[in-house]
Amino acid sequence: MCEFKTFDTAWCPGCGNFGILKALKRALTELGKKPHEVVISSGIGQAAKTPHYISVNGFNGLHGRAVPAGAAIKIANKDLTVIVESGEGDTYGEGGNHFIHNVRRNVDIAHFVHNNQIYGLTKGQASPTTAKGQKTGIQTMGVLHEQFNPLAVAITMGATFVARSFSGNEEHLVSMMKAAIEHKGYALLDIMQPCITYNKVNTFKWYKDRVKPIDESYSPTDKFEAYKLAHQWGDDGIPIGILYKKEEPTYIDKIEFLKQGEPLVDRKLDPKNAEKYMADFR
Amino acid sequence: MDYNILIGGSAGQGVDTVGTFVEKALKRMGYYVFSNKDYMSRIRGGHNFTLVRFSDNPLCAHKDDVDVIIALNEETVRVHREKLTPNGKVVCDVAFGKEDDKNLNLPLKEAAKNAGNPKVMGSAAVGATLKLFGIQTAKLEEFLNEVYDGEILAANLKAVEEGYKMVDTIFQTTPPPGEDKHILINGNEAVALGTVAAGCTFYSAYPMTPATGIMSYLAKLQEDANIVVEQAEDEIAAIIMALGASYGGVRAMTGSSGGGFALMVEAMGFAGIGEIPLVVAEVQRPGPATGLPTRTEQADLKFIINCSQGEFPLMVIAIRDVQDAFYQTTRAFNLAEKYQMPVVIVSDQYLADYYQTVEPFDFSKVTIDRQLAGEEAINSDGVYRRYSLTENGISPRIIPGKIENQLVFVDSDEHDEEGHITESAQVRVEMVNKRMKKLEELKKELQEPVKVGEEKGKTLLVAWGSTYGPLKEATERLVSEGISVTSLIFGDIWPLPEKEFIELAKTAEKIVNIEGNATGQLKDIIRQQTGVNCVQSILKYDGRAFSSQELYNRIKGEVL
Ligand SMILES: Cc1ncc(C[n+]2csc(CCOP(=O)(O)OP(=O)(O)O)c2C)c(N)n1
Ligand code: SF4
Repeated sequence: MCEFKTFDTAWCPGCGNFGILKALKRALTELGKKPHEVVISSGIGQAAKTPHYISVNGFNGLHGRAVPAGAAIKIANKDLTVIVESGEGDTYGEGGNHFIHNVRRNVDIAHFVHNNQIYGLTKGQASPTTAKGQKTGIQTMGVLHEQFNPLAVAITMGATFVARSFSGNEEHLVSMMKAAIEHKGYALLDIMQPCITYNKVNTFKWYKDRVKPIDESYSPTDKFEAYKLAHQWGDDGIPIGILYKKEEPTYIDKIEFLKQGEPLVDRKLDPKNAEKYMADFR
Repeated sequence: MDYNILIGGSAGQGVDTVGTFVEKALKRMGYYVFSNKDYMSRIRGGHNFTLVRFSDNPLCAHKDDVDVIIALNEETVRVHREKLTPNGKVVCDVAFGKEDDKNLNLPLKEAAKNAGNPKVMGSAAVGATLKLFGIQTAKLEEFLNEVYDGEILAANLKAVEEGYKMVDTIFQTTPPPGEDKHILINGNEAVALGTVAAGCTFYSAYPMTPATGIMSYLAKLQEDANIVVEQAEDEIAAIIMALGASYGGVRAMTGSSGGGFALMVEAMGFAGIGEIPLVVAEVQRPGPATGLPTRTEQADLKFIINCSQGEFPLMVIAIRDVQDAFYQTTRAFNLAEKYQMPVVIVSDQYLADYYQTVEPFDFSKVTIDRQLAGEEAINSDGVYRRYSLTENGISPRIIPGKIENQLVFVDSDEHDEEGHITESAQVRVEMVNKRMKKLEELKKELQEPVKVGEEKGKTLLVAWGSTYGPLKEATERLVSEGISVTSLIFGDIWPLPEKEFIELAKTAEKIVNIEGNATGQLKDIIRQQTGVNCVQSILKYDGRAFSSQELYNRIKGEVL
C-alpha cells in the first residue's frame, strides 16, 4: 500500500533526487501519515520539484523562500505535517537569511536539503557548498570562497535538530526523515545527493566512500561535540546521523493562544469581536 | 469656528505627548479634530511639530495658518512665527525671553518645578492654551487620569491648573456641537482595526516608516485578538509568510512602504499566478531608494500597478481617509478571497499619521465572506483541482488538510489544473486567460470615484487617495464662491473605474489632475485606460501634503 503515488519526473536518470523521493514516501508511509495531512513547501530547483512527484499538498513557491512559507503554513494550521524540500542553493544561498532566522523561530517543520553541492536546474554553477577550488563554467578560476557549513551554522544558531544523511543509503535516510518529522521544532536534515550531470567531483562513489554513520555511542546533546562532527568532511569521512538535538518550546508553544485551542485556521471569525477596540480611540 | 494649534519642539521633547493632550481635550469636549504630524527622521533633536485643528464642523484636512503655537523650544518660535494669524499667540517659557506682542512669555518651567516634575512643562502649556480658547480642563483631567497615576498624574494635573491661571481668554469659541460621540484615529490604526475586523489572524511585516504603525497597533492587540504578528527577517520573508499562512487557510496580510514593497514584488506575481489571496498595505513615502523616510508623497502608484514581471490580475485600492481605511481594508480581504488575487491598499504618510475625528466604525456593516468551497469543489472523477478552468476564471478554493484525501497544490511555475508544472502552449494560454478573466469579473463591482462639488462642473479635477480631504475642502470653498468645479477622487484605482470619469469628461471644459508626485501618474493611467488627456496638472513633491488652502490658491491661480 503506497498512498504517496508515483509520477513521471523531469530528473535525469540516476539523479540522487530519486533516492530522496523514495525515502520520503517510505518515511511518510511508515509514520502512518495520510497525503492530505502533509504539506511540502518548496522553492525552485531540481530538488524543489519534489512535491510534484508525490501526492501530498504542495506549495511550490519562489527560489529561496520555501522555509518562511512552510513556517507560516504550520502556524496557520498546526494539525498539518509540514516539510520543506529544497536544494542547498535554494536554502543556503538565495534563502540564507530565511534559513538563519527560521532556526531562531523554531517552528515545528522538517527541512530536507538536497545538497548536491552544485546548482542543478541552472546547469552547473557553484552553490554555497561547492568545494573551494572546484571549477565550473562560471567559477572558471575555481570556487574562490569558503565552503558554507550548514550544520555548523545551524548548531551555532541553536537549531533543535541537526542531522545529515545520504541519498544512497535508503535505510539511514528514512530513519533520519522520520526522526526529523517527529521532532518537535525546526529540524534540519542535510542530505548528500549526487548530481550526476553537473557535479563530476561529488559523485555517488565519492559520497559512498566517505559517509560513515555516527557511532552508536554518540549522544547528540553536546553542542561542542556536535560542532566538531559538523566540521568533519571529505577524506576524513563525512559523519551521517543526528549531530545535535534538544528540546525547546516551538514557535507555537511560545504563543499561548496558538498553543491552546484549535488551529488558527479553525477559529471562528466575527467582526463584532473587534468592536471593543474602538475604546482605544475615545 | 476653525482654529489651529501648532506644537513644536525637537524630537524627545514631548511634542507627541503634548499633541495628544490637546487633541484628546478638544475631542472629548465634543469638537471635531484633525491633527497631523511633521517629523524628522531622527530620534532626538531635529525639529518636529504637530498641528491640531479643531472646529464645530467636521474636518477633513489640515491647514497652514496657526492661531496658537506651543513652543517647546526657541527654534519653534523662529520657524513658525510667520504662520500666525493676526491675533495669533505663542505659548512659550519666559526663558525664550524675547518680548513682543505675539510671545506670551509664561513661567512654564517654574510651574512644572512647583508641580513637582520639570518634565510636565508641556502640561502647563496645554493648560494655558485651553484657557486662551476659554475651554475647560475637565476633559483633559479625565484623560490624564486614564493614562497616568501616582506622582506623575498629580504633577500633570497641577501643571495644567497652574498654566490655566497664567493667561486670559482671547479667542471666541462656539460651544461644541454636542456630546463627544466620535473616535479619533489615524490611517494606520484604521487599517489595523479593519484588519482585525476582517478576521485576519496573521500579519507579517518588517518595520519601515510610515507603515510600521499598522504593525504596532496590531501587535498591541495580538494576544487579545488572537492575531499572529510576526516581525519577519526582511520584506521578502514577510510577504512569503503571509502567502504561506493564506494558503494554510487563514486571512493574512503584510504591509510596508515603497522600498520594502520593492522587495516584495516577485512574491506579488507569485500571489497572482498562484492565485493565493493576499492583502498588502503599501504606505507610501517619498522615494526612490530610502528617499524621505518620514515625509509623504503619492509616487508609487505606477510601480504598484506594474509590480512584478509578467501579467497577472491585481487590484489596487487607494484609501482616501480614515473611514475609508477601515472599510476598504475589510473589503480588500473579501475581494482577495473572492478573486484569489493580491489586493494592495495604498496609503501614504499623511493619511497614515493624521488623526481625524470620525463616526465610530460600524462593525455590523463588516462582512466576512471567505468564499471557500466544500465537497462540491471535487470533480466528478473524485479529484480536487486547485486551478480548475471555470467560466469566470475563479476556481473553487479549499484549504489543505480539510477534506479527506483531497490535495491542494499551488505553484509559481505555469501549471495545469492540478497545479503541476507544464510547458504546454495550450495550457499556458488557458491559464493566462483564466487568470485575466477574473479581472473582467472584478470590473463589474468596482467602486466609482467619490464626487465632490457640482454635479457636472466646467472644471473637472481628478485626484486619488489622501488628496481627498484637502481637495474636498478646497472644492467646497470654490463652489461656495460660485465657481463651477467638480472633483473626482479615485479610491479603486486598478483596474480603473472609468464610467463616471468618462461621463463628466464629456462636458467638462478643462480636466486637471492633482497629485502628490512629480510626473502625474494618475493622469497617465487615465489616458492609457480612457484615451482622455488631463490638460493641466497640479503637482506637489516636496515631501509634504497639500493643505486645502494651498489647493484652493493653486486651483484659483493656475487653473481658473
Ligand atoms: C529569484 C531567482 N533567482 C534565480 C533563479 C534561477 N534558479 C533556479 S534554481 C536555481 C539554483 C538551484 O540550485 P539548488 O537549490 O542547489 O537546487 P538543485 O537544482 O541543485 O536541486 C537558480 C539560481 C530563480 N528561479 N529565481
Ligand atoms: S541536473 Fe543534477 S540534480 Fe538535476 S536532475 Fe539532473 S542529476 Fe539531478
